[in-house]
Amino acid sequence: MGVNPQIAGKTYTGAPVYEVGREKIREFAVAIGSSDPVHTDPEAARALGHPDVVAPPTFAIVIAQRCEGQVMQDPEAGIDYSRLVHGEQKFTHHRPIVAGDRLTSVAHVDDARLMAGNGRVVTRVEITDAAGEPVATAISMVIIRAEEQA
Amino acid sequence: MSAQFDQVSVGDELPTTDITVTRADLIRYAGASGDFNVIHWNERVATSVGLPGVIAHGMYTMALGGRYVSEWVGDAGAVLEYGVRFTNPVPVPDDETGATLTFGGKVTKTDQEARTATVTLTALSGEQKVLGKAIAVVRLP
Repeated sequence: MGVNPQIAGKTYTGAPVYEVGREKIREFAVAIGSSDPVHTDPEAARALGHPDVVAPPTFAIVIAQRCEGQVMQDPEAGIDYSRLVHGEQKFTHHRPIVAGDRLTSVAHVDDARLMAGNGRVVTRVEITDAAGEPVATAISMVIIRAEEQA
Repeated sequence: MSAQFDQVSVGDELPTTDITVTRADLIRYAGASGDFNVIHWNERVATSVGLPGVIAHGMYTMALGGRYVSEWVGDAGAVLEYGVRFTNPVPVPDDETGATLTFGGKVTKTDQEARTATVTLTALSGEQKVLGKAIAVVRLP
């Protein structure tokens, strides 16, 4: 029920490398209604000093949620995904995500606790590039709602 | 549009913008983001878990806020930090009109040395605040 608080401090390193493609950035930009050429035109991106097209500011969620899946599906965590509600999200970009990046992500459980029967989990995903340099940090807080009392 | 650091002061307000969200937008976002949680496209399942109906992905609302602040800055690559709290769901009716989100923002801090501005965003669905503690730190030219 809720979450097993014992998973606090656990680290998950099994996420495969994510290769950022121009067409994926375009698809995401179109989906959020952005017509900014920095997402679709490499020349426009270079004019602003970026090496290639730039991902929108919340694109890292695509990588982070795949990585967090390891926590949500960990049998030790005991999380019922259907009762999960996204409470908070924060991104810190150490540099913009651009097409051509090969990104590694590691999930850290910074906090896991029970509060009045609800589970509360804070997960931090650290995203790094092929050189091992930091690219983005994505922190999410989710609530796993308690079962209704019969 | 492109904001310049030297022309930005604490208290400045960003022009408010209305963004329409339809069921088709949610399907497109589900595909682009890989978040296929059924409550964002299936009315039957959404109501069975106690929701008023299909609701927008919180991350979709957050993404629209990110687009809003990026448009003000003029460079989506200049959003250094962006965080939100999801305070209320956004129900999206199954019609042509969908839901309307109203975004606004205010400059709440500037940092001369880093040439950054902190923008506190607001996002309303009707009268309801759907994002809380929505704060972006952007680098300005």
